[in-house]
Amino acid sequence: MSVGLPLPHDSAVLHVTGQARYIDDIPAPAHALHLAFGLSRIARGRVVSMNLDKVRAAPRVALVLTADDLDRPADCSPSAHDEPLLSDGTVHYIGQQLFLVAADSHLAARKAARLAEVEYDEETPILTVEQALAANARFEDGPRVWSKGDAEAAIAKAPRKLRGRIEMGGQEHFYLEGMAAMAQPQEDGVTIHSSTQHPTEIQHKVADALGLPMSAVKVECRRMGGGFGGKESQGNALAVACAIVAQKTGRACRMRYDRDDDMTITGKRHDFRVDYEVGFDDRGRVLGLDFTHYTRCGWSLDLSLPVADRAMLHADNAYLLEAVRITSHRLKTNHQSATAYRGFGGPQGVLGIERVMDEVAHCLGLDPIELRRRNYYRAASELNKQAQHHDDPTPSLPAENDTDLASRGAQAQLPTGNAEPESGSNTTPYGMEVTDFILHEMTERLLETSDYRARREAIAAWNAENPILKRGIGFSPVKFGISFTLTHLNQAGALVHVYQDGSIHLNHGGTEMGQGLFRKVAQVAASRFGVGIERVRITATDTHKVPNTSATAASSGSDLNGMAAQNACDTIRDRIADFLAGLHQCAASEVRFENDEVHVGGEVLRFEQAVKLAYEARVSLSATGFYKTPDLKWDRIKGQGRPFFYFAHGAAVTEVVIDTLTGENRILRTDILHDAGQSLNPALDKGQIEGGYVQGAGWLTTEELVWDDKGALRTHAPSTYKIPACSDRPDLFHVDLWDVPNPAQTVYRSKAVGEPPFMLGISAFLALSHAASACGPVYPNLDAPATAERVLAACRRARG
Amino acid sequence: MTDIAFLLNGETVRSGGAPTRSLLDYLREQRGLTGTKEGCNEGDCGACTVIVTDPEGGLRALNACILFLPQLAGRAVRTVEGLAEAGALHPVQQAMVDHHGSQCGFCTPGFVMSMAAAHAQGRTDHDDQLAGNLCRCTGYAPIIRAARAAEGTPLPAWIENDRAKLEALIATGSAGDATARADAAAAPAGGRAPYEPEAGRGTGKTLTEAPGFIPENADELAAWYLDHPDATLIAGATDVALWVTKGLRALPETAFLNRCADLQTIEREDGRIRFGAGVTMTRVLETLDAPYPSYAEMVRRYGSVQVRNAATIGGSLANGSPIGDNAPALIALGATIHLRRGDARRELPLEDFFIDYGKQDRQASEFVEAVSLPEGRETFRVYKISKRFDQDISAVCAAFDVTVKDGTVTSARTGFGGMAATPKRASAFEAALTGKPWNMESVEAALPTLAEDFTPLSDMRASAQYRLEAAQGLARRYFAEVSGQKTSVLEVRA
Repeated sequence: MSVGLPLPHDSAVLHVTGQARYIDDIPAPAHALHLAFGLSRIARGRVVSMNLDKVRAAPRVALVLTADDLDRPADCSPSAHDEPLLSDGTVHYIGQQLFLVAADSHLAARKAARLAEVEYDEETPILTVEQALAANARFEDGPRVWSKGDAEAAIAKAPRKLRGRIEMGGQEHFYLEGMAAMAQPQEDGVTIHSSTQHPTEIQHKVADALGLPMSAVKVECRRMGGGFGGKESQGNALAVACAIVAQKTGRACRMRYDRDDDMTITGKRHDFRVDYEVGFDDRGRVLGLDFTHYTRCGWSLDLSLPVADRAMLHADNAYLLEAVRITSHRLKTNHQSATAYRGFGGPQGVLGIERVMDEVAHCLGLDPIELRRRNYYRAASELNKQAQHHDDPTPSLPAENDTDLASRGAQAQLPTGNAEPESGSNTTPYGMEVTDFILHEMTERLLETSDYRARREAIAAWNAENPILKRGIGFSPVKFGISFTLTHLNQAGALVHVYQDGSIHLNHGGTEMGQGLFRKVAQVAASRFGVGIERVRITATDTHKVPNTSATAASSGSDLNGMAAQNACDTIRDRIADFLAGLHQCAASEVRFENDEVHVGGEVLRFEQAVKLAYEARVSLSATGFYKTPDLKWDRIKGQGRPFFYFAHGAAVTEVVIDTLTGENRILRTDILHDAGQSLNPALDKGQIEGGYVQGAGWLTTEELVWDDKGALRTHAPSTYKIPACSDRPDLFHVDLWDVPNPAQTVYRSKAVGEPPFMLGISAFLALSHAASACGPVYPNLDAPATAERVLAACRRARG
Repeated sequence: MTDIAFLLNGETVRSGGAPTRSLLDYLREQRGLTGTKEGCNEGDCGACTVIVTDPEGGLRALNACILFLPQLAGRAVRTVEGLAEAGALHPVQQAMVDHHGSQCGFCTPGFVMSMAAAHAQGRTDHDDQLAGNLCRCTGYAPIIRAARAAEGTPLPAWIENDRAKLEALIATGSAGDATARADAAAAPAGGRAPYEPEAGRGTGKTLTEAPGFIPENADELAAWYLDHPDATLIAGATDVALWVTKGLRALPETAFLNRCADLQTIEREDGRIRFGAGVTMTRVLETLDAPYPSYAEMVRRYGSVQVRNAATIGGSLANGSPIGDNAPALIALGATIHLRRGDARRELPLEDFFIDYGKQDRQASEFVEAVSLPEGRETFRVYKISKRFDQDISAVCAAFDVTVKDGTVTSARTGFGGMAATPKRASAFEAALTGKPWNMESVEAALPTLAEDFTPLSDMRASAQYRLEAAQGLARRYFAEVSGQKTSVLEVRA
């Protein structure tokens, strides 16, 4: 069976030979125009005058557009209609699009865009958390607050307590392929090629901007050169711009951001400040916990509400909290609009409580792993109860025409189903009973395979002998909730054709951004038909083939699309089986599909023979498949319900060394044990884990976004923004899968794996903190990213 | 128009157009060879890596985005499309497939080219060979597994074939008749519009770039430069190219120096090493590895293989950057810079060359001909501090050379980068140390003087406070290291 095999990425050979085509590699039709945006140079104020004469007169320029030149308002927001394609005169950040240039080369458009003469009436920008709070600049009317029990009372009564703060920076996605789109005008609509995780959202925004029905807009994406959440909503502007100019001129249009524009214009991971107050007992058991999240969302809403929600939803991480309050401030600032990024707020929430665990352990002098285990949720193996099942919720959605139904930023705030807290002794702060917790067992195994205890002792001894260099070791677990928290997005479609020669064509709503989704879903399809993977072909994601897709996001790609494809395949397979069973006078259930053969009534047909017979008997060999995740209900205002279908788990141990004279540091070794359920493809899953870890460690070490006091991003290229390089990965890097079937009924009992391993990078951060704490008795209070500069400051604090 | 001829995937091509057209744009827009990717357009990500074979037969990985076409005159270029032969993948390509070395695939062509170049040279220091290629998906582990798996596998035949064809091309004159037939082959693949030379590069005016001048030796350059004092001299282009790709500037007059063999000599004489200005940083690293391992390590870190293969030591000094890492090291070593204007030559201590931010002691039409430094300074060390270890610009670069006689400091030379508007010595610190007993107390006592020597800035790389603290930390590290203590995080293994 194809499922479970470590097959290579479906495009591996195309990748290594340079034949894999990305948007900018698609040959443009003759006379194509190339677009570039003219950008605001101030962070807040109004455009007083904009003289574009020189732009229009520049060589090879065909067209220059401002907001006034548009036939209808064009918006790019995935949530609140607050992102005009071109500024209406109000400026909200440095990098906001003021006008649009179309020229007959990419370079000519870029050059012309710099020739504008713009005068501004400048206002003082709101840049910091403090400034935003003082101005009450926020999204939603006030902070969102969720609670379980009485945190304040519990903290007051606790024998020990402490309060603290951690600041964590945002993160640039740095997908290697920058944003790109192309529009080709059609007789009665437009075809868009977009590097997007969300073709349906592109389709929706383009249709809206052109005044066309969605059926007149076809969006295609064969692959992205990386997404990581950055291409969930941030590609809208390019596609909409190309579509508008294509409609105006009748010419194909293409647009790509060069790296500096990409980093200057598009949103990044939300930075967070997490304040905490915790009460605990002498054994380290947390009795009460009060978190306050502050996040700078940037200038527009984008997906900030669900991101901030997910941070709250992961403020518990792996720990059973009896009394907890989480307050979340979503602040509006004059920056790029922060957006989805792998983990979608989860990592920020998790880092908050991992910091608390670290500091409590330091305070008590306890081993930080032992302390964590005392606070873990109860093990599934001990709960001795079946997973709860719930009535399928009936979605009730607002009916306005222009609601972005398919976006995670959709304003659907009506509760889905009756979301009351579940009763039990193992409930999350949001009232969901945790029935599948396996980190006790995973932690125990990881401690053995990583030789943690002996190494921790050896490190202490080594540190005692070395005054300048210090080593540290850190552990972090992750429990990550799987499902879109906007319940209705948890659906997917697929379209499967079996051709008369036995070849299979498969489309589904998911997009390929490197994660290997196409391969995994093809493995599911091949397994359903009992054929080899080479028979299954997947082509570009296409809104004309599979409609109403959700973003390929929230780690949901293979869960949702794998199931949809399975359902489509089963429909066709059952038709063939019914037909053959009739022919052989046996039960359809006795027809077996395996090893490229069909076994029926004692006869063995080659798969293509069976297909040919079915075709000749006029059996339909094409089917759609559909899937919706069961058992979800969620009320995001109350913070109550069952937002997740299941949890994915992982744990990591990382060892580092720091130089206490300069703060320079290296990761030396990492051991990971990760729960991918029964893996659909262990090689691809391992790739997600290794890559996710390094990206997570990058977020917390070298990747630092720096804005100046005018609000300009100073780190807008790889010369100044440093993602991990080859030698930054752990020298010793052991990754194992916890290969146990998912108790929830997922496709082949696999688990989502895209985001959860990202949070294992937190172990590197904790290891750096541990190393710094070797300098002295005081808790080092390390902030993120832990650049050499911050590590040095932490060493100083540790000395007291 | 600058007409040049070179080999592209084994075929001779002739190219005209603006001299500052990058190889990357040429490949993608004129040739339809879209396997070579643009990831950053500044030489930091390696997605555009190609292999260039030089007339002498050496292979180099280079970033196509910061490589101007005139630099390729008489050389052979291999892109990812030309790597596999007769339908068989190159061993590194096959290994990347077998070891799951690609995910999104966008960086992969660049990785594969860097790996193929390293493979051809038998290099197995993969972390260093691939430091100039960024991957955001894999975490690099599977790529390294692939690189290891491909070690020692057979070399592709095109390496020898390119060398042979290159000899033939050079024999016929690189811009001569032999290349005429290539024009026919220059039809764009993939349906792209043919490239037309641009007028008005960089401004709204109708300003056209003059053909680039390609001297064959330093004498030609010196004579031409007298008549063209405003020209931009381009050696490796790793800095100047950014004026074009990022600044969108026009360079009205250019000269490309990489055919001047007499600027690429390395001479050892009278206890000194003299580097011609056109010596690449790859060769500087090789040369200094034995006498000054800390210098070689600094060079290894400051630029990737692709950058070191292009960048020259003369260029790194002539551009006057306050954050370049060569100058502080060379200043501490007491290096001399050799300048030439026409036939007139002069030399001066390197620290005197840097006058102020963006201003050097260089007259019109004068160029850097060489830099020379002493051998045998065993007490010399240089350190760089940057956010990322490899391929990053320093927040602070500090070099020290303290001479001790009978336990007393008899002389102290230092060089600092990132601390002021120019690379410079810490004279107060040097004075505070000189004449003192060589121990940690003396170092500690001298450290506050660094705040007299420098008032560093805060920027995206570091705060002023950190720069000062780190500079002091590096002075402590220097003492600890020469005293035999463990000081480098790179030496520690789990």
